[in-house]
Amino acid sequence: MRFTKDHEWVDAIGDVATMGITAYAAEQLGDVVFVELPDVGKEVKAGDAFAVVESVKAASDVYAPVSGQVVEVNGALPDSPETVNAVPEAGGWFAKVKLANPAELDALMDRAAYEQFLSTL
Amino acid sequence: MSDAPLKTTPLTEAHRGAGARMVPFAGYEMPVQYAEGVLKEHLWTRAHCGLFDVSHMGPAFLRLNRRSGDRKADHAAVCALLEPLVCGDLRGLKRGQQRYTLLLGERGGIVDDLMVGRPAADGRQGELQIVVNAGTKEDDFARIASAAGDAAELVRADDRGLIAVQGPEAEAVTAPIFPEAATLSFMTLCSAAFEGAPVEISRSGYTGEDGFEILVPAAKARALWERLLGDPRCRPIGLGARDSLRLEAGLPLYGHDLDETISPVEASLEFALSKRRRESGDFPGAARALGELAGRLDRRRVGLRVLEGAPAREGAEIVDQSGAIVGAVTSGGFSPTLSAPIAMGYVPPALAEPGARLGVVVRGKRQAAEVVAMPFVPHRYRRKPAKEES
Repeated sequence: MRFTKDHEWVDAIGDVATMGITAYAAEQLGDVVFVELPDVGKEVKAGDAFAVVESVKAASDVYAPVSGQVVEVNGALPDSPETVNAVPEAGGWFAKVKLANPAELDALMDRAAYEQFLSTL
Repeated sequence: MSDAPLKTTPLTEAHRGAGARMVPFAGYEMPVQYAEGVLKEHLWTRAHCGLFDVSHMGPAFLRLNRRSGDRKADHAAVCALLEPLVCGDLRGLKRGQQRYTLLLGERGGIVDDLMVGRPAADGRQGELQIVVNAGTKEDDFARIASAAGDAAELVRADDRGLIAVQGPEAEAVTAPIFPEAATLSFMTLCSAAFEGAPVEISRSGYTGEDGFEILVPAAKARALWERLLGDPRCRPIGLGARDSLRLEAGLPLYGHDLDETISPVEASLEFALSKRRRESGDFPGAARALGELAGRLDRRRVGLRVLEGAPAREGAEIVDQSGAIVGAVTSGGFSPTLSAPIAMGYVPPALAEPGARLGVVVRGKRQAAEVVAMPFVPHRYRRKPAKEES
């Protein structure tokens, strides 16, 4: 699993990458009450806002850690947005993309580097 | 924005110690939420009792400099100083009664909304207790002091602690400390003492629930806060839940739902235009307000249920069924009680009746919405029992 400084995670198996927000991000947002997901088939570029997550008090963009075409979204989230808080780095995933450029993963932080980054915040 | 350091309240250290997330708000460092988060804090207040630090607001006393000793005349005299700035009947306040009113500009727009109370004690006639909003208090106080001139002194009390105790268990939490609080009904006030220090208690709030607002000297604020929290039914609640609670209660927030371009009638606050003041037409912008009451109205504050999709937040466009823009959302979010998005905004009067079908535009997408009567969640104020008809 790889991480961004905006607190998204990405986990690639073959050329398909699953993306979501980190436990730290979920904790900072507070209780998630609404999730807006991209359409399947949409092309996203690394750094683009590809989803929106809303708490009681605010809406926040979720940025794509990597580029690719959306092949699947987490259909459980619209009815159960609290899943994002309960299991942010597992069942609370947002979307899966077919990687356009797997080398983008190398530019992201690994778990140790991300935890080091969190300790500086 | 100013670079001035943020002000603190007598309770700031208590919030930090409790793990609150602190944010800048109206020049103060304030808790937006505690460890449990906005959603749970909101639901706790609706079910039990929430404790809010609202010491950033603007409590003050307006005191006649020369009292005659005639209680009725002294009350009328102090009201005569403040009434020209507001649309409420202050002279008609009974002892120990408080009223919600509006400071109005020359063109009849709302400069602020505020509470004005008449103390109950014999020795305090010719005095009014005022609470204005945090973000507007400097301007409000200057305006009121100027109107008072040499006749009265405006004594600020915003260095004190102001603590709101809100929720269905607020009386049960408060009465062991202040037995006199239990005798108050909604929008009445009394004086009491805490550890020998004078406090002012009103039965009012900003959540739609029963509850109290307690003004306490700074030196005793922390002790009172901790004492109230000693009751397991009572938990600290941040500004995040304060906002979602007042939204559900249909209560406007100054600077968002109200501003100096908006009149009381447009804001659906005509209840604040007291009968006597309407009849005499002697408040700022009276011609405008009376014309609007007679039907010459361009826009109206309404409640909206967003029937699909994301919460519509401040600034979202409101559209009619043809897609034409007819207004904008001034406050909006997710209602924890209803588990659905709700909003307030301004629309033309023809579209302002409950049941009107409208749309809101969120991130470029049009979502169905419907005008509904406010409050979204029923008020549970402890009103004085109505006199039985004979």
